[in-house]
Amino acid sequence: MTAAIAFYILAATAIAAAFMVVVSKNPVHSVMFLILTFFSAAGLFILMGAEFLALLLVMVYVGAVAVLFLFVVMMLDVDFAELKSGFVKYIPAGGIVAVILLLQMITVGAAYFTDGGRALTPLDPDQSNLEAFGAVLYTKYAGVFEAAGFVLLVAMIGAIVLTLRERDGVRRQNAVDQMARTREDGVELVEIEPGQGLG
Amino acid sequence: MLIGLHHYLIVAAVLFVIGVFGIFVNRKNVIVILMCVELILLAVNINFVAFSTHMAPAPGVEMIDGQIFSLFILTVAAAEAAVGLAILVVFFRNRGNIDVESVDLMKG
Repeated sequence: MTAAIAFYILAATAIAAAFMVVVSKNPVHSVMFLILTFFSAAGLFILMGAEFLALLLVMVYVGAVAVLFLFVVMMLDVDFAELKSGFVKYIPAGGIVAVILLLQMITVGAAYFTDGGRALTPLDPDQSNLEAFGAVLYTKYAGVFEAAGFVLLVAMIGAIVLTLRERDGVRRQNAVDQMARTREDGVELVEIEPGQGLG
Repeated sequence: MLIGLHHYLIVAAVLFVIGVFGIFVNRKNVIVILMCVELILLAVNINFVAFSTHMAPAPGVEMIDGQIFSLFILTVAAAEAAVGLAILVVFFRNRGNIDVESVDLMKG
């Protein structure tokens, strides 16, 4: 009973927050509602018994991705009220697509599950979610795991390459030039006769 | 009342549809479109976890495999957000706005 109440609260919060992500005028509010959506989804994951993924969702999304979004939203100095001006114009088309999509999903789901579907089995009770995760992730999926790390590396390098720019007129320290300087390049000894300037 | 697989599937379906709706409606703001893509990926993740925890696995498949796959989706989503936002920053630098309709530099 408690689980059912928790499910309905979390599900309603997630859906309402997701809707607010789409309709809110201010992108900063959108990011906040996105965080709320992911938090509720993490709660749903815990209800399903996937604690590790729930924590990962909070760490990766709330901790990293949402902050990244927030950073970019605040960094770009855009007139956001003007950006939302075409909103009403696209509601009919978007709404029709959304309703059709939802009806299709409900139809398929209903058709599949009225026949009973497949048997439901609970998770293994004497193994924690994290143990089960690690036992498979580092053996059966070790190669894919490495590939995922490579994807993250490429994304990191890509983001840096895209956003790095050389500005004109900015003086930078050039370590190689500094190290390659010799005494002859840098110092000049001049004999000056007394009474005459350097002039 | 027991919460079963279909409850989670309905939540995921609604989240997915809201994401698609958002992409259609927000024709002006690229950041919100990126957030909608995140919503869609979250819906997919909920589906994966729900199936992995509520269904008997097929022969040769571990129970936890759905959650592992969900982890990889999370990885790709994070990479996508990072690269997408980087592209957005570069675009803003070049054009001075993030209007979707002005994304026509490649004249496609």
